[in-house]
Amino acid sequence: MNSETNIWKTRISNAIPLILLVVLTSPIVIGFIWILISTFSKTTYGLEPQGGLTLDNWSFLWEKDTKIWTVTLNTLILSVGQTVAVVLISSLARYALSRISFPGRKAFLSMTLILHSFPAVTLLIALYFVLRWISDIPIIGNGLPIIGGFGYNTMGGVILVSLALQLPLGVWLMKGFFDNVSWDMQRAALIDGCGHFRVWWQIIMPIIRPGIAALTIFSFITGWSSFLIPYTFITDQQNSVLAAYLRSLLSDTAPVSYSTVAAVGLFQLIPVMIFFIFTQEYLMSIFAGGSKGGT
Amino acid sequence: MAATGQTIAAAPPQEGLRSKLRSASTGFWFMSPALLLVIVFFFIPSIIIFGLSLTNLSTATGFQNWDWIGFKNYEKIFNHPSTKTIAQATIIYVVATLTLFNVGMALLVALLSTHIPKRAGFVFRTLWLLPRITPSVVYIMMWKFMSAAEPYGILNRYLPFLFDGKNLLPNSPWVFVILTNGFVGASFGMILFASAIESIPKDYMMAAMVDGCNIWHRIRYVILPALRWPLLFVTTYQTLSLLTSFEQILLLTDGEFGTEVWSLWAYHRALNNYWGNFQWGFGAALAVIMVVIGVVAAVAYMRFFQFDELVQEPRIEAL
Repeated sequence: MNSETNIWKTRISNAIPLILLVVLTSPIVIGFIWILISTFSKTTYGLEPQGGLTLDNWSFLWEKDTKIWTVTLNTLILSVGQTVAVVLISSLARYALSRISFPGRKAFLSMTLILHSFPAVTLLIALYFVLRWISDIPIIGNGLPIIGGFGYNTMGGVILVSLALQLPLGVWLMKGFFDNVSWDMQRAALIDGCGHFRVWWQIIMPIIRPGIAALTIFSFITGWSSFLIPYTFITDQQNSVLAAYLRSLLSDTAPVSYSTVAAVGLFQLIPVMIFFIFTQEYLMSIFAGGSKGGT
Repeated sequence: MAATGQTIAAAPPQEGLRSKLRSASTGFWFMSPALLLVIVFFFIPSIIIFGLSLTNLSTATGFQNWDWIGFKNYEKIFNHPSTKTIAQATIIYVVATLTLFNVGMALLVALLSTHIPKRAGFVFRTLWLLPRITPSVVYIMMWKFMSAAEPYGILNRYLPFLFDGKNLLPNSPWVFVILTNGFVGASFGMILFASAIESIPKDYMMAAMVDGCNIWHRIRYVILPALRWPLLFVTTYQTLSLLTSFEQILLLTDGEFGTEVWSLWAYHRALNNYWGNFQWGFGAALAVIMVVIGVVAAVAYMRFFQFDELVQEPRIEAL
């Protein structure tokens, strides 16, 4: 055996996984390169812009009667509202499930697990009727500022539905973090006369910050790109969220400018990409920690 | 929805009925927002949807002239000419996407990305997460341009010797349905598998190498056994997700070219179709069948994994 061939052998065997990965990942990379290129060109033939580069596709940002800022604001309201509510409600529930012994605890836990794998979208038809009923309640239904209320065809209603669908996940995601808080600390606080509510807010919540971060990241990203629920429950696509606005550009009867659609799409993607790049290491390490015991 | 502002008296751990009752009511207060949401948005809808499925409610009947029709909707489903094709399409879609991507590709990418330098592996895994965080409308548009006719389509332009220049979607809709769903779905398993592989103690690998194992032996005898639990989890969990997901198909083909799956069928019938005749009753019956399949599968998989074991690693349920 000579050492030269050996070195080559290891080099090749090291390079093979890399080459394979590049090939497998190429559709994703090519696709995103296409999005980037097409937003600055009139039309594209494959990846090549035709007729020079242009900023026209981005004119939706500064046109006079543009809807983009309303829609962006709505998307922000939906993502932030949903995120705050999911974090608060699921950590409250989780505190009870992890830290207080009460009857029905196990039943609720297994129920959330069933809900977690429950085909939630199949409930859309029924949710439509529930939201219509909520609409009939005065003020709460559709008379609130900013979110418009909690009924059908309001941002509040969309927030409530998205929130409910995310809840089982939130409850399960938080469990590991709550379980790891030391019991002595909680016991000491309770003996010192602290109420459960203060224990939750002042002692446990600061400790489980990584868990809150994970749920926040996940929930915000989901909310920002959510499509089906706002699309189904808000009738005016032009006053809905970004994803539904995008869809309305596609389904208009007038000839579709795909470059504009790509530009709006990129506009929607950029904030969440930046958000993701800054938080991903965090998110990944949480996944990694979570699966260790499972192997 | 703000947190319930209840300040509850301290309950030092002590035995007795009173303290038990007190901790029960404390637990209840903490649970109440979650409980309320679960009741309003899961329980009541489930009941409504079952009730609806026993009526002929539609835009044609309006909210005044509808009737209870018993199990006629279910009868109609079983005798419907499309039922068989749609059920078959659903099975093809779920099985193919699951084996090729959500498990197969996920495992492949996880294996490859853990056998290259750490930083590079991280970059590739991030790239694979991109489809998941991209708005589905843009993501699907990207694929539409992959498959578009000459001169726009990427595949037709750069691989002219493989394709005939026409739009590829109508001729091979399933390829694209599976690809679009698969590239989103693969990241779930990929992350779980990759972290499981990375948590295998280095000694095991060393021992295997010293014993003269080649790469296939290492995968077969060291890595796969360590992945048993994540593999089972991803398989069952993703089966359920795929069964009920139709967003990508809705945007890609809208059920054309024979790609209508069961959940999309229910959606089209009840909430979104060109004729504006929303058959809530019939759609609800379709949905009930899905709910039943979903719950049976969920219960089966809880049995299979032993609930108590699952309780120990909830953080895994993250995507």
